[in-house]
Amino acid sequence: MSTTVEPPGAPAPATAAAGIKGAAVRRGDRVFLGLSRGSGIVILVTMAAIAVFLVWKAIPSLQANTANFFTTSEWSPDANPAFFGIAALTFGTLMTALIAMLLAVPVGIGIALFIAHYASRRLATVLGFITDLLAAVPSIIFGMWGIEFLTPHLTGLGEWLTTYLGFIPLFKNDLGIYSRSIMNAGIVLAIMVLPTISAISREVFVQTPRAHIEASLALGATRWEMVRMAIFPFARPGMISASMLGLGRALGETIAVALMLSATYDINWHITEPGGITFAANIALKWNEAGTIGLSALIASGLVLFVITLAVNMSARIIIARRSDFSGAN
Amino acid sequence: MSGLTRTERDESEALLHSALAGGKLPRWAVPAVAVGALLVAMLLNVTTSVDGVAGTLIVAVLLFLVGQTAWSFTVEGRRHAVDRLATTGIYATFLIALAPLVAVLATVIVRGIGVISAEFLTTSMRNISPRSEGGGVYHALIGTLEQVGIAALIGIPLGILTAIYLVEYAPSSKTRRLSRSISFFVDVMTGVPSVVVGLFVYTAFILTLGMQRSGFAGSIALTILMLPVVVRSTEEMLRIVPRELREASYALGIPKWRTILKIVLPTATAGIITGSMLAVARVAGETAPLLLTTFLSQSINANPFKGPQAALPTFIWDQFTSATDASVNRAWGAALVLIVLVMVLYLAAKIISRFTGVKNS
Repeated sequence: MSTTVEPPGAPAPATAAAGIKGAAVRRGDRVFLGLSRGSGIVILVTMAAIAVFLVWKAIPSLQANTANFFTTSEWSPDANPAFFGIAALTFGTLMTALIAMLLAVPVGIGIALFIAHYASRRLATVLGFITDLLAAVPSIIFGMWGIEFLTPHLTGLGEWLTTYLGFIPLFKNDLGIYSRSIMNAGIVLAIMVLPTISAISREVFVQTPRAHIEASLALGATRWEMVRMAIFPFARPGMISASMLGLGRALGETIAVALMLSATYDINWHITEPGGITFAANIALKWNEAGTIGLSALIASGLVLFVITLAVNMSARIIIARRSDFSGAN
Repeated sequence: MSGLTRTERDESEALLHSALAGGKLPRWAVPAVAVGALLVAMLLNVTTSVDGVAGTLIVAVLLFLVGQTAWSFTVEGRRHAVDRLATTGIYATFLIALAPLVAVLATVIVRGIGVISAEFLTTSMRNISPRSEGGGVYHALIGTLEQVGIAALIGIPLGILTAIYLVEYAPSSKTRRLSRSISFFVDVMTGVPSVVVGLFVYTAFILTLGMQRSGFAGSIALTILMLPVVVRSTEEMLRIVPRELREASYALGIPKWRTILKIVLPTATAGIITGSMLAVARVAGETAPLLLTTFLSQSINANPFKGPQAALPTFIWDQFTSATDASVNRAWGAALVLIVLVMVLYLAAKIISRFTGVKNS
């Protein structure tokens, strides 16, 4: 990351002033530097502490576990002997996130393109504001909306997929019930990660050099050809990391998924049937009924989720940092 | 040209145009295809198995895409046909984004507005079973305001100081590696799932340090979630403060820390306030970390440091998962209160940033 351009003469006058006025000034500067650097270090310590404490408190359950932690899909940590694993959690998490990505990446990039290069300035401001509002809706409200409003509307889609594409195992539905399915949860997740993907892609799109755009239009390119040949090559790293940051959100989303899924611990490839569970949703749903080993097992699963999201986010940041300093936090 | 009649002039212009630019669809082509597609879809709705508003609309959109592309392909050629297809697709994504927002807000307002009353806002759930009517969100409202307030009190100064370090001190100090890793981990921290933060607070503060489940434990989790957002937005604001201001201050012999406090921060205040309010709005609706740290409570507990304390998100979770008619209604009422709270913060932040002229680029 390239940092700010510090005024070349800036530190010098400060030290000169310190020299004139004596130790009092230098002490003020030192205290302030200490405070601000200390706050930065608090952040590093927090990140390290998250990892340390999760590992530490996960160990008791991993020692008590009589099943293979990675390949078992059952979740009975408080049974005697403890028997649990994360296979079903991993499957549900990856499947819902995959569905969310398939839907949200093209739409998110389309929205970003629309705001950055298709809409008029005034319209673009309004539309940018609307996607930001979408990001401000609390996750639990998406979950409630997903259950009460969206699920009934998705039954038709589920039936249609089963009727016409049911020969593909993914869309087969033997139960005739289409609520609380992995597909529905994935669709709600897609809506929730849309603002992340579109906001970061938009940031990159508007930074495409004006000259590239004008050159391609001057050569007679249509607007879409301009997008494909001038904007996409420039913005590709940004688009990739926008998608990965969206993926990170989708993997860790808790409450909306906890409300949308029916929490069954099996690996069911029929994505329109009820069932499935994710890491985060499992923690929220099992928290209050868990005993000592149960809590520790949930912490162990949280540790796996932490490692996965950390890997996804760090690679996204590395890709984006190589290009320039785009940030996703604003 | 003056000798030509109007039609002759039009014709010659059209000839010239087509010779230079190739064929082009008339201006009325797009609306015409749209209306045509809609009419055909409605006809299909009446005559065939296509039914429902959504189904008809989807068929209409598909017909529009096919019709427009085919017409453009024959008149304008492949490249323009693809361009029109892409343009339609990009416009469509916008409607796709708009639909859920409208639907969510409408659902919350329709379901919630009937529940809101003076009683709902001023009573707690003490001695009210999930099945019975009545009760309210007063205890949860107090909890949310206190927890978010404490998180803001800790998180905003900490975030601003970190940003000051990154922008003002790090470039001139010798510890570039430290500032780089702080900057990197601030970015990574934005992606840590909120439930993991909840787990951390539970393991570190409740299991290890022996703190009880309380509003304050929730505040710590919210602080951690808020921190990277505050750092990033403050950092951006500090970076756009003109360097000349700092230099003028240094030239007057003012030490660096006073320059930051009296010159840099006041210049960036509006932007920092906006960023902080957005961060607060974002964590106010967090449910998962509070579920793990504050515990549920049905009674008023105004002390965030002692005993379980309710919050709006956990209240909603509790009532919604109780799944009785009365409790689900209360959940929607509380959802409306929560969304109004978040949106007011959010709009206020946007208005401040709009009218003070400091803009997120």
